[in-house]
Amino acid sequence: MGRLFDFMLPEAKSPTADSTDALFHFINEVSLVLLLGITIAIIYFAVKYRRRSKDDKTPVITHNNALEVTWSVIPLMLTLVIFWWGYTGWLNLRAVPDDAYEVKVTGFKWAWNFEYENGAVSPNELHVPAGRPIKLVMISRDVLHSFYVPEYRVKHDVIPNRYTYVWFEAEEPGESQVYCTEYCGTSHSMMLAKVIVHEPEEFNTWLATANIPGSGTPVEQGKALVETNACQSCHSLDGSDLIGPSFKGIWGREELMSDGTTITVDENYIRESILNPGAKIVDGYQNQMASYQGLLDDDQIDAIIEYLKTLE
Amino acid sequence: MATAEATTKTLKVQRFKPSENPTNTYLTDEKGVWAWMTTVDHKKIGIMYLVAVAFFFALGGFLAIALRTKLLTGASIDFIDADAYNQLFTLHGAIMVFFVLVPSIPAALGNFIMPMQLGAKDVAFPRLNLASFYIYVVGAIFTFIALALNGLDTGWTFYTPYSTESGSSVIWVTTGVFILGFSSILTGTNFITTIHKLRAPGITWSKLPLNIWALYATSVIQVLATPVLAITLLLLIMERWLGIGIFDPAMGGDPVLFQHFFWFYSHPAVYIMIVPGFGIISEVISTFSKKTVFGYWAIALSSLAIAFIGFLVWGHHMFTSGQSAVATTVFSFLTFLVGIPTGIKIFNWVATLYKGSIKMDTPMLYVFIFLFLFSIGGFTGIMLGTLSVNIHLHDTYYVVAHFHYVMMGGTLIALLAGLHYWWPKMTGKMYNERLGKVSAVLIFIGFNVTFLPQFVMGSQGMPRRYYNYIDQFAPFHQTSTIGSYILGVGFLIMLYYLLHSLFRGEKAPANPWGSRALEWQATSPPDFHNFGHTPVVIHGPYDYHQPMEEFQLGIAVDTNGHGKDTHVEPDDPELDKWKNYSLG
Repeated sequence: MGRLFDFMLPEAKSPTADSTDALFHFINEVSLVLLLGITIAIIYFAVKYRRRSKDDKTPVITHNNALEVTWSVIPLMLTLVIFWWGYTGWLNLRAVPDDAYEVKVTGFKWAWNFEYENGAVSPNELHVPAGRPIKLVMISRDVLHSFYVPEYRVKHDVIPNRYTYVWFEAEEPGESQVYCTEYCGTSHSMMLAKVIVHEPEEFNTWLATANIPGSGTPVEQGKALVETNACQSCHSLDGSDLIGPSFKGIWGREELMSDGTTITVDENYIRESILNPGAKIVDGYQNQMASYQGLLDDDQIDAIIEYLKTLE
Repeated sequence: MATAEATTKTLKVQRFKPSENPTNTYLTDEKGVWAWMTTVDHKKIGIMYLVAVAFFFALGGFLAIALRTKLLTGASIDFIDADAYNQLFTLHGAIMVFFVLVPSIPAALGNFIMPMQLGAKDVAFPRLNLASFYIYVVGAIFTFIALALNGLDTGWTFYTPYSTESGSSVIWVTTGVFILGFSSILTGTNFITTIHKLRAPGITWSKLPLNIWALYATSVIQVLATPVLAITLLLLIMERWLGIGIFDPAMGGDPVLFQHFFWFYSHPAVYIMIVPGFGIISEVISTFSKKTVFGYWAIALSSLAIAFIGFLVWGHHMFTSGQSAVATTVFSFLTFLVGIPTGIKIFNWVATLYKGSIKMDTPMLYVFIFLFLFSIGGFTGIMLGTLSVNIHLHDTYYVVAHFHYVMMGGTLIALLAGLHYWWPKMTGKMYNERLGKVSAVLIFIGFNVTFLPQFVMGSQGMPRRYYNYIDQFAPFHQTSTIGSYILGVGFLIMLYYLLHSLFRGEKAPANPWGSRALEWQATSPPDFHNFGHTPVVIHGPYDYHQPMEEFQLGIAVDTNGHGKDTHVEPDDPELDKWKNYSLG
């Protein structure tokens, strides 16, 4: 139904959004009425009681207890209603339905990674079936992030030392935008993802063909690792200059280091740059990258090296 | 009252009509740079704070204009890259909060006006007052060192573990803010003592100007809350410097703990910023309506209620942070309670206008702007305190718009109301009234054009602290940027006419607004000792039904130990009845 403040909200695509939106509209409408009341009273008084002469006499009106009680109790009642309404709506946001389909979410600077029941992963794309509650179990690998989908009206911080969760149910197939809403540094505003909602059968097909880490040739594995770790958000694949040197044509390239020495990119340089990124910095770049010690094992590093060799 | 007879002190009083042409003022006494730098005069210290606050406001405003200019487009642009942008919004926030809003009203205007409203010669601890100012300066120097080194990119909230890992000068800034905190604590202590001990004869608690009640409530929060900020920043410094794991999970700490500590100060700090603004609004609205403030006690006590409940709502900044569900529920509930006393104030101010004699001079125009903008800030605060809705709006531009409506539409507009109201008293000069109104209207329009679109884009999902944005949000961002330029023009006009007033302004009369408040019964600008006599107060500060002469009483000269020149109005037969005034 059309309401005055409809233009403010994005489309609602999860069942819990209805309660949130109804309350959003209610508060806006009550506020508008009160704001108009206050504004009209001010303007009316300012005109009607404008100063006519320097010697105007004003009546002594010190207070009025009935009025004080009225304008304390009515707002109090209103806010209690709003509190209760918001509280019950929020309980629904926190109470996950029993049959929810679970997806693991990892947030890190600056990408999202989604992991499914069969081990498949999909960087920056969350694939879900329509018409089924989805529970996301989330953790951060570095600083605070926050997982936000405006169209589902859900948000929760993603924290490094504990799991947090959100749930939603996408009613129709389609796409929704995901944002990171906790400031996390240079590319905070690029830490975006998409929710891709499939028909249930279509989702199963997707899941069966989705990339499972550790499968395929070393080059394919390396490519998947680069994507799931969002290496390309700092190291472009097309030669453009981002936070770090581009991966394009990196193999065998001669690089000038910030200490004036020159090195040729080989296996050991790549390995060192992954495990101890601050050891050698290419001239013109900042020491920004975090170590992947403990996050990538030797086989995975080998696979990444094989993949980088192919980026000519 | 027969029994009271024994304890009644009889004072000989006479009328002291303030001279319209004072020869000796605080500006003519103790001249020269060194005299200013070493002064213990609360008025000069207030002016020094005002200049410092104005400087930081200009700096913070410049940063805001720069970042709004970047946001004209969602694309990456060379002259401001993502890292530079992150520094811009961080420094804009940190400077505006810690160097402008917190000290602006209490330390600048409060310092100047409070002792005068109490009829005192100075604050209780004048040297401590000067020390507070220099502590503020040292805090500022640390922040400038940080700027010269690596800047700051953590957001003004310093959230861990980002702030533990950040390569920017976090330690310099947090140390600066840590030092700054002591300035705030000492000013608060000084004010509380002054209000308790230095009230002129006759100023009972029920005759205290509402500005003083507001400053009192503010000082209590400053003294109680600021040490927690100091502790928090110290822990952060220990973590970064000594590697002691407190907040960083990599070292076994808990990042959510930092948020609790931080907001335990920073939410009450919001009230440190806004409550003194309430005080100004009460003063100005009474003077320009020529009328008793409606609901004196409701306004006075609601400031104290806000100060108290304000300590119990910090968790409403953390509804999505992972704090416990019980805590979240309780914090939401208490947040609604703190809204009530604020609403009560608004209603009482509006009721004060009823049957008044309303003059729409610049200070009053700012009061009306305040009432409108701050109401929007309040309503959107209710929206954000609501649990389910907060989940959607948290960390979006809706929050950005909300706190600008409260902090800029509230505190800063109140500061401008106070600045224009007391300008003739502080400088002894009038400003150009017409330009004052033009500038106020431009600021009002510019403010709304800047921040109203932010409510809409925030509700649609635009996150805050974003360097880039998707095309959908472009029209809102562009409108917002245009608004910020209008705001900028408004402030430039103000800068022009205030400077013009200082050098070429018309001489101000002692009481240009016809106020009954005590500070207006001194000369403009005031005497070095505020009043040449000890004022005696027999009426409330808003008793417009009483004749002006009865607000100009003081202890009669022959009992006044000072040999200072006073402007005596001898033997006014009308005032005979006050000659032997009894303070019951």
